[in-house]
Amino acid sequence: MAGSPVQVTGTVLTTRRVDAYHALTVVAPGIADRFRPGHFVTVAVGGRNSSMLTRRAFTIHDVKPDYGGTVELVFAVRGPGTAWLADLRARDTLDMVGPLGRPFPLPRDPCTCVLVGDEHGAAPLFALGDALQQRGCRIDFVLGASSADRVFGALRARRMGETTTLTTEDGSLGMRGTVTDVLPGVIADARADVVYACGPMETLRGVTAVAVEFDIPVQVAVEESMACGIGVCMTCVVPVIGDDGVTRMVRACTEGPVFRGERVRFDDVGTIPFDALGAPGGRHA
Amino acid sequence: MTADLRTYLAHVELPNPVLTASGCGGTGRELAQFSDVHRLGAFVTRSITMAPRAGRPTPRMAETPSGLLNAVGLQGPGVEAFLERELPWLAERGARTVVSIGGGTVAEYTALARRLAGAEGITAVEINLSCPNVEDRGRVFARDGSAAAEVVASVRAATPYEVPVIAKLSPDVADIVAVARACVDGGADALAMINTPVGMSIDVDTMRPALAAGTGGLSGPAIRPLAVRCVWQVHAALPGVPIVGMGGVTTGRDALELVLAGACAVAVGTALFHDPYACPRVLRELEELLEERGFDRLADAVGLAHRPAGAQPLSRSDLEESSL
Repeated sequence: MAGSPVQVTGTVLTTRRVDAYHALTVVAPGIADRFRPGHFVTVAVGGRNSSMLTRRAFTIHDVKPDYGGTVELVFAVRGPGTAWLADLRARDTLDMVGPLGRPFPLPRDPCTCVLVGDEHGAAPLFALGDALQQRGCRIDFVLGASSADRVFGALRARRMGETTTLTTEDGSLGMRGTVTDVLPGVIADARADVVYACGPMETLRGVTAVAVEFDIPVQVAVEESMACGIGVCMTCVVPVIGDDGVTRMVRACTEGPVFRGERVRFDDVGTIPFDALGAPGGRHA
Repeated sequence: MTADLRTYLAHVELPNPVLTASGCGGTGRELAQFSDVHRLGAFVTRSITMAPRAGRPTPRMAETPSGLLNAVGLQGPGVEAFLERELPWLAERGARTVVSIGGGTVAEYTALARRLAGAEGITAVEINLSCPNVEDRGRVFARDGSAAAEVVASVRAATPYEVPVIAKLSPDVADIVAVARACVDGGADALAMINTPVGMSIDVDTMRPALAAGTGGLSGPAIRPLAVRCVWQVHAALPGVPIVGMGGVTTGRDALELVLAGACAVAVGTALFHDPYACPRVLRELEELLEERGFDRLADAVGLAHRPAGAQPLSRSDLEESSL
């Protein structure tokens, strides 16, 4: 791990709208210094005497060296917590803990990588793309969403990627369909060696299935609701198969959020698989 | 002049009264990234069970106003892995460790206590009585004074003399004083309260319970008045029994409130999810509040709210003039 997380009171530098999403840039040098692509941060919402007790987790979209180090987050308003965040203005402060989680592992040698993102889940892919390109990798993007205004980062992907394939479910931008529909073609055309994916569980399940069919490694960053982000609340668990072949309920915040796709039992998310370690009535109990 | 914050759980001295609440501090390693575990009054582990447990399905958590509902289901690696990997790490760092234990039968609690008896580095054992009793149609031990007392007595008998046994009580009972008294009669050296009351939240979009388990334990400032009431009632009835107060403590003011109600130590739980530095911050704030009010010792504030109405708060000079 690239150093332990820190808690900082960051100052909001800018807030802006990006299509259907909000982007927030916060001065937080301690977090920016330690950042690796795939890391996330948690923020406290609602101010000092907030009635909202759980921290909100967001993957880091980008870090920049300005003002000692800034961190950029991208989010959609989904409830009172994100609505409060969307109302922040420049010079407001934000309680932030990070960087958290296991970042994306990077290949040792140059190879061809397909980066798949669904909606604003695509946010961490661009820092990842930079890191991959610095290692001489070729990158291809596949970005999708329900409609054109929800496809995140299409312009930047076009600038960075060897190819960029966009999909929308309503056909308002790019190909009609989902990212998993076009992924086999992209992998075949690019002769991809590895797939990185971010987005909702359903998308990650589809992406993993495609990668398994092509017999190439796939790294997925899961989105699971969490209360603390530091590994103490035990609410963000997903069933993951370990090196020893045993399925364990592991914390997305600490053991993840990045997992090898084929190790995550997507079909069993939201359940305790009967053969998981410690499952009720299971053979380990 | 700083206040003397030492406190006692039975005969065991703790350097300060701020503990983690069971199940809210992980294995200790997670919090150690932010502050030293040996600076806590004590580190209370999640409830350790005999066998590994996978816990409940997700979603396990739902946010409610000033509260948090959770149904984690005592996920943990089991006592053997705990003794092998987690307890030695805590001992190495000089943490005072209170091991919380959970079981489905009296025999399981007893077996756990026996297994822990030989282990190094256990400051106290806390009995999580809010587990369903599989021998009594899943009725929670803490809701039945005699079942709770039976567990306490057998754990007390299996635990070395020098290790205090703490019974953790649930507020979901008709008469918490009766259960507290039964536990003390069963041999509990101290009491911890409150465990989370059972609550429920329904997602109005999916029109289904928000938690996979349906119901869950409610924690956070939403339950603080309940905690203060329970500590108050039990301290009034059993003034000699040390109480670890918990339930929605997020600031030093909240900790002082429980101390004034009768708690000699305070545990921080849900606040750790919100602020990983909550324990050292609560301790610092508590110390400042005690000093502002002229207390030299934490012990002088314990249960002070029980003094008769109209009585002046004790000041230093009163104590000097007192015939005691």
